[in-house]
Amino acid sequence: MTNVRPTSFFEATARGRVAKLVDAGSFREFCPPRLRRTSPHLARLNAPVAFDDGVAVGSATLEGYKILIAAQEGKFNGGAVGEVHGAKLVGLLDRGIRERPAAVLLLVDSGGVRLHEANAGLIAISEIMRGVLRTQAAGVPVFALVGGACGAFGGMGIVTRLCNEIIMSEEGRLGLSGPEVIETVKGVEEFDSRDRPLVWRVTGGKVRRALGEATYLVDDDIDSFRSVTAELLCRYGAKPLAVADIDEVTAEHARLAERAGRFATARDGREIFQASGFVDLDEVSLLPVAKFNQQLLEYI
Amino acid sequence: MNINGLLDRLFGPGGHSINIGDNFLHGSAVMGDRQVAVIGTHEHAAIDTALALEVSASILRVIRDDLGRGCSPRPVIFMVDTQGQALSRHEELLCLNGYFAHVAQCVDLARRNGHRTISLIHGEAVSGGFLAFGLMADRVCALPEAQVRVMDLKAMSRITKIPYDRLVDLSADSPVFAPGAENYWRMGAVHEIWSAEADWRSCLGAALEIADAGDKRALLGLERGGRLHAAPIAQLVASA
Repeated sequence: MTNVRPTSFFEATARGRVAKLVDAGSFREFCPPRLRRTSPHLARLNAPVAFDDGVAVGSATLEGYKILIAAQEGKFNGGAVGEVHGAKLVGLLDRGIRERPAAVLLLVDSGGVRLHEANAGLIAISEIMRGVLRTQAAGVPVFALVGGACGAFGGMGIVTRLCNEIIMSEEGRLGLSGPEVIETVKGVEEFDSRDRPLVWRVTGGKVRRALGEATYLVDDDIDSFRSVTAELLCRYGAKPLAVADIDEVTAEHARLAERAGRFATARDGREIFQASGFVDLDEVSLLPVAKFNQQLLEYI
Repeated sequence: MNINGLLDRLFGPGGHSINIGDNFLHGSAVMGDRQVAVIGTHEHAAIDTALALEVSASILRVIRDDLGRGCSPRPVIFMVDTQGQALSRHEELLCLNGYFAHVAQCVDLARRNGHRTISLIHGEAVSGGFLAFGLMADRVCALPEAQVRVMDLKAMSRITKIPYDRLVDLSADSPVFAPGAENYWRMGAVHEIWSAEADWRSCLGAALEIADAGDKRALLGLERGGRLHAAPIAQLVASA
């Protein structure tokens, strides 16, 4: 009898996540490290480079479904997007339009734009945003999986929110400006970035799930990410993706406007949890994911 | 030049009917024999959830009105002047990135509905505030005094631990990190920079004529020599 220990998504490297997430041995990488397409801009600044520029992209199968997949390496420059890194993501999305896989999966682990090549990074993010929208318009869904140490921030936080589904672990974080940036500019009274429980109550997986930003909250193990992804691939396979029309985008608008009005003064996730029906607010961060999901569902 | 002076110069005095708020502006204008919608920000607006909702609501209204009237979709001119995203715990808690994604989705919906879109940077275009709608348009134009950046070099030096003087030296011949509309032009993300003396009204008219719904910025950056890797690498991955 084998007793396989779960593999933490949070702890794994980008390639480790891909290897465990997809069907064994099915990953085929495009623009692999042996081609050594490193960032020329980092090199000019004498900063360390990586042979994959911090992102692995390729094709694979998951429960037999053909997918395209990208995984950002948070341990290299915080998963930040530079010219080469960004172009690999844009190329993968374009390939999605041509190959029409069951979905494109983005394993986001990134603080956003890479400052060493800030202009190239910002433009790349904009191209990725257009790429996601283009791929969806062609009928191919894009899913974001967020559970790494760098979370999904800056422009990658926007890209993540353009995806059809966002699967997060409790350890994952999703936002625009990181707490350190807000603390530096606005002061520690505004946001104390060292107050880790607060940071998670503002940007972490549970509060994002309670708001409906994350569509699924899973345990921090790659198998949990895999089984939800497989379920989604099956569901999207049965019903082709309809491109967002004026009614759908208007409904999203109403949802966001309602939230802004309802939480007009909120500054702590506790207020969100309370509005989501949780009674013991000190207990929320300790709740196992399954229990959290169940309580959330009961309230809705 | 104040915002009214700029609108006069773009559309002629009496050629525009635009509601100007503290940070937000929206309305319509006449260009030749056609109507255009004008939506945007001024006074270096920090874009928060409220402002993102105003911008997206205006875009949706234009799309819906034109669908209802059965007329050909009006072009939309985005006036861009933003210091970036609003920085606060409250905004982050609400998931400001989701509001920005929604604005981007509205611009995309407009494009898919046949609206041509032009961004005109008339002040600052910074980071996330620029991503939400400025960089989403078919074509991006900049006034001569436009400031485009992610971060100034001093802050960049602090964060990357690269000496400021070295960044200044390197930015002399590399467009890749230093602020400046010219750098974004070389990299293909600003399509054109208008001169101070030009007839901005005809510049805008010409931009509308050639606005292209396809995203060709990487190729443009390659052609202009400012972004040599994006297009070939994307191509390599797309067809490997």
